Amino acid sequence: MIRLVTLRVLVAVLVVWVVSTIVFLIFYVGPGPGQVVHSLAGRESTPATIADITRRLKLNEPIFVQYVNYIANLAHGNLGYDYYNDEPVSSIVARAIPVTASLILGAVVIWIIVGVSSGVLAARTRRVGIDRLITSIALLFYSVPSFVVGTIAIWLFYFELTTHGLSIFPAPGYVALTTSFIGWFKAMILPWFTLALGFAAAYTRLTRISVLDTVNEPYMLTARAKGISESRLLFHHALRPSWTLLTSQTAVDFVSLFGGAVVVEQVFGLPGLGFTTLRAVQEQDQPVVMGIVLFSTVVVVSVSAAIDILGWWLDPATRAE
Amino acid sequence: MARAQVKPGTEASWRLTARRLRADRVAMFSLAVVTVFILMALFAPVIADLTGHGVNSQYSNALTSDGLPRSPSSSFLLGTDDLGRDVLVRIAYGARPALAIGIGASLLAVLLGALTGIAAGFYGGAVDGMVSRLFEIALAIPLLLIAICLASVLSYGPLHVGPFQIHQGVGLIAVLIGLFAWAPVGRVIRGQVRSIRERMYVEASLSLGASSGHTIIVDVLPNVLPQLLVFMTLLIPINILAEASLSYLGIGIQPPQADWGSMIASAQNYYQEAWWFLLCPVLALVTLTMAFSALADSVRDAISPRGSR
Repeated sequence: MIRLVTLRVLVAVLVVWVVSTIVFLIFYVGPGPGQVVHSLAGRESTPATIADITRRLKLNEPIFVQYVNYIANLAHGNLGYDYYNDEPVSSIVARAIPVTASLILGAVVIWIIVGVSSGVLAARTRRVGIDRLITSIALLFYSVPSFVVGTIAIWLFYFELTTHGLSIFPAPGYVALTTSFIGWFKAMILPWFTLALGFAAAYTRLTRISVLDTVNEPYMLTARAKGISESRLLFHHALRPSWTLLTSQTAVDFVSLFGGAVVVEQVFGLPGLGFTTLRAVQEQDQPVVMGIVLFSTVVVVSVSAAIDILGWWLDPATRAE
Repeated sequence: MARAQVKPGTEASWRLTARRLRADRVAMFSLAVVTVFILMALFAPVIADLTGHGVNSQYSNALTSDGLPRSPSSSFLLGTDDLGRDVLVRIAYGARPALAIGIGASLLAVLLGALTGIAAGFYGGAVDGMVSRLFEIALAIPLLLIAICLASVLSYGPLHVGPFQIHQGVGLIAVLIGLFAWAPVGRVIRGQVRSIRERMYVEASLSLGASSGHTIIVDVLPNVLPQLLVFMTLLIPINILAEASLSYLGIGIQPPQADWGSMIASAQNYYQEAWWFLLCPVLALVTLTMAFSALADSVRDAISPRGSR
């Protein structure tokens, strides 16, 4: 177990290093000799800012020195300054974190509850109407991208309901948790479901197949013969193997969940990490883009390693390679 | 239930697969839908000629007096977009990046996955260890973040990689998506090849003095080909959605090139006034990906029926 955890942590560190090197190559080498500083400074840069950036990022030094300088800055958590307000990128990141965190955490809860329960329901009503219905809905959400689901949700639940006098859901936008809990909750419901349902659909299929596979196992027969209640049978026996499958899948999916959050933030105009980065891309505010990308990489990679390790801890059987 | 055993990868087994697919009505219908879209992409210029509207031409009579898109009419069958362009023509042209990237990225992913999976599974040992670590790393890299960085720098000018210049476009996006989809393929193929490697006929071939390359091509490859085909069909709809998402976010296909993802992004601002502008690209995207998904399910079932589930 210790060996496995060490190996997993090493892989995580390696991934962070690989991504930061790719980012370095894209920003510091990609634009070509003499162009790097112009690209980094944006279109509206003055000679003064160019000289400043050249000095700060050691752009006149050989590429290797620049790389060492870049990695050293990262290791110190120094993400640079944005070129419009000279604000540290770290405080821009800090402002965006609560938004992205509320989105992702809420979506994960809905995703797992909806995915697992609908999968179990489908498996238990195998090949009857309910199973067919759930399986088709899952296929639909699996095939429809979240930006379409989100747009339709805004149109139906915000626009149509509000124009018909039922203003249950507010206009797309973010309300801070510290401002108003109710406001925050109302603002997040549609984004949560939009992000969660696509992932839930994949888990519906996964849970359904996994539960169906266990139904015929001898240990299930033994348990049923002992007279264990149906619900206990389901949660303690039938779902046990699915759990393992789901945690290992969750670790992989967390990477795409973060990607999904970027899309949903864009659909609903939530000023989280994804939304802020995409605006910085448009404004050519390269330090902000670079900073948020590197920060997000560290978070995504650590969380997915943590979920993996949690899975091994929960189920000793998976520890063997 | 026992079924007739047909050796995988042989001509007889492919014929069996083809027969099962032909008998599958869902598969045939999906195939028809996919074919319609492929024809639409190929003959997009013909559609433009028939309507008389260029893909990027803006028409003054195509916007209302308020500057809003016009609803479907006899001159614009699917209405117009926010810049007064023909939605029908742009949908047809938008099928091009969707299909090119969907198919191209999947092909790249399957090729890379097959190459690494076979190498790791067949040679084992140090090669296996290295390739397996590579899989783990590739699975953990967030594609979207790299795509954001690339788009950000490319909006300033082309990237220089040695003597090459890289521009934002179909090729770059296909490679990018493909590079992030190969690891799961490689993992599964590695597992399969490992078990094939233990079979008697591989042992026999190697002990008779056949080179490892020969053994791989003659004894291993035919056994994993069906699985590769399943992956290929499975990845296409996923990669089409990935392309549409990138373009929706403004970091994929750049305007004015027609693309369903970027059409949806601009139509989102007009959903209250111009439903056709939003509905058309959404329907095109969803129909194509669902057809490919259904086809993928059928192909998988035709290759290895899993009994009654």
